[in-house]
Amino acid sequence: MEIIIYGITNSISLALMAIGFSLTFGISGLPNFAHGAFYLLGGILTWIFLNQLGIPYLVAALLSILAIGAFGFFLYWGLMLRLRGLAINEVIATLAVAIVIIEVLRWMGFSGFSYVLPPFIRGSVNIGGVWVDNQRIVMVGIGAALIVVLYLFTRRTKTGLSFRAIAQNERTAIAVGIDPDWTAALSLAMGSGLAVVAGLAILPLGAIDTEMGYDILLYALAVGIIGGLESLPGALLGSFILGFSQILVATFLRAQWQTVVTLAAIVIILAIKPSGLLGKYKELEERV
Amino acid sequence: MAEGEKYRKERLDRGIKARSDTIYVLASSRDLLYLLMPRALPVALLILLPILLHGTYWEKVLFYSCIFGLLALSWDFMNSVGLVSLGQALFFGAGAYFAGALNHYLGWPIFLTIPAGTIGGALICTALLVPVVRLRGVYFSIVTLILPLLFAHLIETLEILGGTHGLLSLSAYPSGWIAIYLAVGALLLALFGFRKILDEDFGMILRGIRDDDRVVMAAGVNIYWYKAQSIFLAAAVGSFAGALMTHYYQFVGRSVLALDYTILPLAAVVLGGPGSFAGAALGSFILVPLSEALRAMGGLRMALYGLILIGALAALPEGIFHYLQRRYHQFERMVKV
Repeated sequence: MEIIIYGITNSISLALMAIGFSLTFGISGLPNFAHGAFYLLGGILTWIFLNQLGIPYLVAALLSILAIGAFGFFLYWGLMLRLRGLAINEVIATLAVAIVIIEVLRWMGFSGFSYVLPPFIRGSVNIGGVWVDNQRIVMVGIGAALIVVLYLFTRRTKTGLSFRAIAQNERTAIAVGIDPDWTAALSLAMGSGLAVVAGLAILPLGAIDTEMGYDILLYALAVGIIGGLESLPGALLGSFILGFSQILVATFLRAQWQTVVTLAAIVIILAIKPSGLLGKYKELEERV
Repeated sequence: MAEGEKYRKERLDRGIKARSDTIYVLASSRDLLYLLMPRALPVALLILLPILLHGTYWEKVLFYSCIFGLLALSWDFMNSVGLVSLGQALFFGAGAYFAGALNHYLGWPIFLTIPAGTIGGALICTALLVPVVRLRGVYFSIVTLILPLLFAHLIETLEILGGTHGLLSLSAYPSGWIAIYLAVGALLLALFGFRKILDEDFGMILRGIRDDDRVVMAAGVNIYWYKAQSIFLAAAVGSFAGALMTHYYQFVGRSVLALDYTILPLAAVVLGGPGSFAGAALGSFILVPLSEALRAMGGLRMALYGLILIGALAALPEGIFHYLQRRYHQFERMVKV
């Protein structure tokens, strides 16, 4: 029972971490390696708003989501636009942005037990003999809501449909009047905002640690790669596979094996089926 | 400037460039110098610097510059086959651990561990990367980014090869001269060797793979075999740097697999200019001394590399070397449109 409950909560938290990365990469092919850094920065920004400026929690959270989203948007117009199409330079540039953010935050000392976000609802409930704190349930709720909203967004709204059009065939999409740069910038903004949402849902479970900036990126990459980097159901499948295998490994072996499993999963899936278990669009682009 | 008149920049080859490019019987010593200087001057400087800097702190910086230069060259070589690595630390760490373990567990002397570390490390890295040479672009880069992290975690989790403590008290070099001239010699060898390789027929296939791998495949060339060979060459250079550094520190630990050994060479190549090898070396000879001068910044140095990467990518994507090369061979003037 414990394995099932913690498996589910762990899977949903992985899905939350990965969803923004998958969204950006799936739409604009932009590998946002600063995803983990945005997650971290969003959490710390909220902490500053909350504790040093005394802004109410909900407002602080919304403000940081908007701020990071705007940062992602301007990052696209300011930097990524110049490197568009050079996939490798995009990776290098976003990785460089991530390093700058994470290392500056590390240098400023935003790490440790004094940097904790309060949970949305305190206390815990008993589910089938296992005590689960309310924050985990809230997190599962946020994750599920987000997945539903994103599913509806990409299938029912005009912007969402234009996102998918760009993802499927950029030239045709341009031909019917969709602006690829605008779409890409918007997708980067949304992906960055979603990174902060994930951070706000997950961070109250523990203390803020700058090292997470790199770990979150790895988890997002792992989930995305297992499931297929551009598909939403794939990301969900990937996070459940990874989430349960992490919990199983931690229960029956040792906690350190979690990271090894994650990293090994990335390498093995890329070697065997690089488009992921459910990916289909980019099969010819990624290997020869 | 009158209203409505427009000017544009025009670039022309300098006369001396045109002359020395096409006329092989050199007319004057000036032409000869023009051709030789850009090659001979840095070589002479590199050979002289260890003597000039002997006994000072900057001797160490020179050594580090050569080590990172080797890693940057190995990155640039893989890049010229279209394989973009985000894990030079893998090559570095493989060589460092291979040499360190042979020295620590089997007691092999330095003159055996360094060649063994070079070949062994390169073989390990090639074996690890061959299953994924089919991957293109970002996907290959992700694998190379993950592998060093995976091994660092494996070493920690399994507590093999010294675990978190690393392997201590490895043999030192009998004299500082040997270490520094090995580093300088290897750098020059790798620099001119890689340039030579890319000029040969072999290199033409490599460049073809980078430009359009499917065309090369259609021409009946087994591109995976060529990719594997170039990974081996690049990994050998990286592993040699690792093995050299291991005995310099007399220590090998998980830090050799850290992100530093990936980011600094990458920043060096991007700053110096990819594709020419000279740019990679130049970049590391700018960045390493710069980062030593900024040692007081401590943890912020990584952030600084990041900023340099962003700045170089956005402002001077061709790199310093190509810029200098252009100014050396060409002049610019404004002409009326």
